[in-house]
Amino acid sequence: MTSNHIIEIEQLKREFVMGSEVVRALKGVSFQVKQSEFLTIMGTSGSGKTTMLNILGCLDKPTAGSYMLDGISVASLTKNELARLRNQKIGFVFQSFNLLPRTSALENVELPLLYNPLVGAKERRERALSALEAVGLTERMRHTPSQLSGGQQQRVAIARALVNDPVMVLADEATGNLDTRTSYEIMSLFQDLNQKGKTIVFVTHEPDIAAFSKRTITLRDGHIIRDNVLEEQRSARLFLENLPVTDEI
Amino acid sequence: MHPLNLIKIALKAMARNKMRSFLTMLGMIIGVASVIAMLAIGQGSKQSIQDQISSMGTNMIFVRPESGQQGGVRLESSTMQSLTVDDVEAIRASSPHVSHVSPQVQGRGQAISGANNWPTSIQGVSPDFLEIRKLEVADGVMFTERDIQSAAKYCILGPTVVENLFPGGESPIGRTIRFKNIPFKVIGVLAEKGENTFGQDQDDIILAPYTTIQKRVLAITYLHTIYASAVSEEQSDEAIQEVTLALRTSHKLKESQSDDFDIRSQADLIKTFSSISEMLTALLAAIASISLLVGGIGIMNIMFVSVTERTREIGLRMAIGGREIDIMFQFLIESIMISVSGGIIGVLVGVGASVGVGALAGWPIAVTTYSIVLSFLVCAFTGVFFGWYPARKASYLDPIEALRYE
Ligand SMILES: Nc1ncnc2c1ncn2[C@@H]1O[C@H](COP(=O)(O)OP(=O)(O)OP(=O)(O)O)[C@@H](O)[C@H]1O
Ligand SMILES: [Mg+2]
Repeated sequence: MTSNHIIEIEQLKREFVMGSEVVRALKGVSFQVKQSEFLTIMGTSGSGKTTMLNILGCLDKPTAGSYMLDGISVASLTKNELARLRNQKIGFVFQSFNLLPRTSALENVELPLLYNPLVGAKERRERALSALEAVGLTERMRHTPSQLSGGQQQRVAIARALVNDPVMVLADEATGNLDTRTSYEIMSLFQDLNQKGKTIVFVTHEPDIAAFSKRTITLRDGHIIRDNVLEEQRSARLFLENLPVTDEI
Repeated sequence: MHPLNLIKIALKAMARNKMRSFLTMLGMIIGVASVIAMLAIGQGSKQSIQDQISSMGTNMIFVRPESGQQGGVRLESSTMQSLTVDDVEAIRASSPHVSHVSPQVQGRGQAISGANNWPTSIQGVSPDFLEIRKLEVADGVMFTERDIQSAAKYCILGPTVVENLFPGGESPIGRTIRFKNIPFKVIGVLAEKGENTFGQDQDDIILAPYTTIQKRVLAITYLHTIYASAVSEEQSDEAIQEVTLALRTSHKLKESQSDDFDIRSQADLIKTFSSISEMLTALLAAIASISLLVGGIGIMNIMFVSVTERTREIGLRMAIGGREIDIMFQFLIESIMISVSGGIIGVLVGVGASVGVGALAGWPIAVTTYSIVLSFLVCAFTGVFFGWYPARKASYLDPIEALRYE
């Protein structure tokens, strides 16, 4: 039964204690994610999406409830084991890109591999280059974040999440700051990755973006209020092709 | 993470804040340089004092009459007349650890040669005196035992006396000088010795048979000092015991009576001066190492700033798989690199400053390897010690909170 579930969550709770106040960000959430699923988490601002994703990405620990990742109870892992898990199994795209300033795109993408003792300097360079190529930024690899547009920075962040060849990619509003065309480009990238078998959990609050996934979970106030599987997945590439070429004077 | 990559990250961080890194290093540079310079000056003066004292003869022992009391009045030792030639004979006869003994009497006065004159002191001694004081006759000959028996009016001049009495550069050998109206024939000239530790010119000296000085110049029968030398420096203590026993026997002192003479050895003198200069060196080094401490605190301060500045970076590194130990080493290596490169520059500046001061002020300087190794190790330790806490703090950050840090 557990075999093809990469994520199994049971009654997950997360509370933040702020002095005398307790903020309940997640109030008992349960769901499963199958291998190679493309899941979006939707919800209004403050509904607990980022909190959920941080826990899924082993960056944060739940206050209560259980989280099984690939059949392993995350709560039983040590800090170093969690670090290795984040390094080799999970690719994380942050809501705010979190690139290292004054560091080239290439070096930013190489960063996770620096923490992987199995990857040598030559392989690191090669893999970073091919990850940059996958997001279409080969000619910008020497540029620092301040020399890149928001969309380009986002793509560097995606390349960084892919460079370790993770089994699962978690993205927090990866299209949040982007125009429609760039959003579609990014979504098409994620759909390609999903096609290749990677599990993707994607946070957004835009329904038309969610329509590119296979399943949508909607959070409100720390609870799941809807969990529906989409019969038909829209192709981002098709949308991109049909998008009228605008702004050309 | 591979140490090489950690070093690269640290170098990048330092290069990004060049001025800040340099100012932080400056603390270490000043600390290390001053420790090295202080130790060099301290060691240098200690060594030169030791060298000079040893050049006077490390085995030397000298006996002076004890400044005894007469009716409650303490008397100056030179007025005491307790030492005699018999004592010298007694020492010679009964002290196997004593290799040479010489009586000594001295008088000050004007030495005159033709139109030239020079105020100096004349020392009445025996030939053994040369061996004891490590003096050498460079030109001519030393007087002999027979000259002593006959109280011959021969003398040996020190180079300073020669310069002043025979300014023309002519050889003084065979010439006659007058001291307190007594004519002395010059039969030898001493080799140059220079100044001693106390700034006295050791070449400003005239040697003559002690009998001649006793009888013809001073008209006394006692001795001012007895000079002796132990067989070796290590056997100074035994030699002193033997001399003490010989003198007590010869002075017929009872068990209850205290010595009526005072024995000192060069070894004592070296010990005293060494311990004084060692204390001074330690004091100087202690003061200098305070600046090293201040430098270390500077590093700690800057590392805290660096950690705070890069909180988001730390959060990110953790999120993509950096372990606590990776983060910790990243900052530890940065602080070690600041302190060690400060240390290397400090060593260079310190050695340069020591040599410079030595050349300008004419002070004796001894830059020792141990002071360089020591201050370098202290530096590396400072980097670890003061970098530890900020690095630890960085590694204990929670990745989520660090990423949310504004
Ligand atoms: N570290 C924290 N300390 C205190 N409260 C927190 C913390 N992190 C999140 N919260 C609270 O938890 C709730 C959920 O926050 P979360 O960031 O998960 O929302 P979100 O769904 O991602 O919102 P958005 O769409 O604006 O990104 C919010 O009320 C927030 O204030
Ligand atoms: Mg969010």
